[in-house]
Amino acid sequence: MNRPSLGLKIAALGGLAFLHVPLLFILLYAFTTEEKSYAFPPPGYTLKWFGVVWGRADIWAAVGLSLKVATIATLIALVLGTLAAGALARAKFFGREPISLLFVLPIALPGIVTGIALRQAFGLMEIPFSFWTIVLGHATFCIVVVYNNAVARLRRLSPSLIEASMDLGADAFQTFRLVVLPNIGTALLAGGMLAFALSFDEVIVTTFTAGQQSTLPIWMLSELIRPRQRPVTNVVAVLVILVTFLPILAAYYLTREGGQARGAAGTGK
Amino acid sequence: MHAPAPTSAVPAVRFAGVARHFGAVRAVDGVDLSIAPGEFFAMLGPSGSGKTTCLRLIAGFEQPDAGHIEIFGETVEGLPPYRRPVNTVFQDYALFPHLSVGENVAYGLKVRGVARAEREKLAREALALVKLAGLEARRPAQLSGGQRQRVALARALVVRPKVLLLDEPLGALDLKLREEMQVELKSLQRALGLSFVFVTHDQGEALSMADRVAVFNEGRIVQVGPPETVYERPANRFVAAFVGAANVIEPDMAVALGAASGLYSLRPEKIALLAPGVPAPDGAAAIEASVVDVSYQGAVRRLAVRTTAGVALTAAVPASHRAPASGDSVRLAIPLGALMPMEAET
Repeated sequence: MNRPSLGLKIAALGGLAFLHVPLLFILLYAFTTEEKSYAFPPPGYTLKWFGVVWGRADIWAAVGLSLKVATIATLIALVLGTLAAGALARAKFFGREPISLLFVLPIALPGIVTGIALRQAFGLMEIPFSFWTIVLGHATFCIVVVYNNAVARLRRLSPSLIEASMDLGADAFQTFRLVVLPNIGTALLAGGMLAFALSFDEVIVTTFTAGQQSTLPIWMLSELIRPRQRPVTNVVAVLVILVTFLPILAAYYLTREGGQARGAAGTGK
Repeated sequence: MHAPAPTSAVPAVRFAGVARHFGAVRAVDGVDLSIAPGEFFAMLGPSGSGKTTCLRLIAGFEQPDAGHIEIFGETVEGLPPYRRPVNTVFQDYALFPHLSVGENVAYGLKVRGVARAEREKLAREALALVKLAGLEARRPAQLSGGQRQRVALARALVVRPKVLLLDEPLGALDLKLREEMQVELKSLQRALGLSFVFVTHDQGEALSMADRVAVFNEGRIVQVGPPETVYERPANRFVAAFVGAANVIEPDMAVALGAASGLYSLRPEKIALLAPGVPAPDGAAAIEASVVDVSYQGAVRRLAVRTTAGVALTAAVPASHRAPASGDSVRLAIPLGALMPMEAET
């Protein structure tokens, strides 16, 4: 292999810096002593904003709401996404491809379209905005993530495994529990974690479907307008990075194809 | 470990006018068959001939569009696979990759609610039966192809099926392993006294293992009988060509040889080479031919010849004979008794 040229190295470093330096500023100003405007370098460093965040009830309400919304939207997505994947992974019928596309479309659709569509639909059906309208809004794109993961894994699952299970005396439910679920489990876990992370920091759809409630991202948006205690937002942002980054990292390792399985087979020989 | 059940005259499997269509494709097109208890029954045919669909109809993975299927006298149409007293050894073995070998074998017992200690004991016995004792803790991915095949066999046998279905079970094995497994499957079947229904496209496999062979073509059974009959007396042109590549003697040639007009089959090994000047033995016709191709096959030499009338024939002569070369003129003796009449064609 040729070593990359100096120009390429600089370009790669530049790309990395472009992606990650802003995150470093978030981290840096979470510790600044200045609360109204950000100057570089910060005049001093303090941990007091972490204490302030700890004491602010509005933040904890927003965090609690976001966690609840993300959890329930993910659970809905796991059930519906898995069922849809089960129906579409193997069946061959007229219109299968268009229907698959319709399942994936919500994630390609701009959030603003999804948001307006849901807002008008809820309005027409006279459903008041509430916790549940946020959950439904988030479920639209969470289903896609779960569906995509499940359908890919189901298509790799040999159909004769399901037949073998039925042949050996297992009914459909036993077959799902003992054969299908263990074989698509990691795909569902990965899809669920991605769905959770997507829901947790969603702004646009939430803006259109929330009533008086503030999820954490909405709370942060409203906080930017205030002149005081600005580092509080940074502290919360750092926490959000941690909460969303860990599941995404875990999902990445879980879906890396058969890494552990192959390792185990190798050691046995 | 299994009680043989061939006490009654009720067939193990019975098909009456069974048909299964996939759209316009008549995969199985009016099949009647009757498999006896304790019989080793082979379904032989090229791919797409309907033999695998027949197996899947017995297992319950397919439902017939017409006709009637019985297993030991009981109607099974509409019964799902998990309510049928038959088990399948799949072509790709279909071992559960997330379970150990022991858990794979015990799977059928587990879903029937057999207690853990009991099912582990039965799984161990079944693995010992297929000579894989001690491999319970392995994963299927850690086994060789031949071992996987044995696990699939143990997994199907441990739940005591009344009929064992085998879908091209030896197709993925190499030649030596395949021959070993043929012998072993046959002795296992005898020891268990169980009906085996075996699907294959390999005529050698079907002939060497089965008590009876059903030859499939285009969704129908074109001949069923003991291997010797199917091999020596093919019923029609398809069976003659597919099972053992017999010569087909057309009516005009039959008349020229001195037999009654009709369609006949003729085994290549029945044709003898005549030394120059030697008359044909009694009851045999001598014909002149030129050699097109010679291939040495160990015990025999296979001669592709063309008669003076322009008919292509294959003769198998002992390899100890002096070998004619391509282009040589030869005289062949065809015993008239070796001409086996076949069904007239419409």
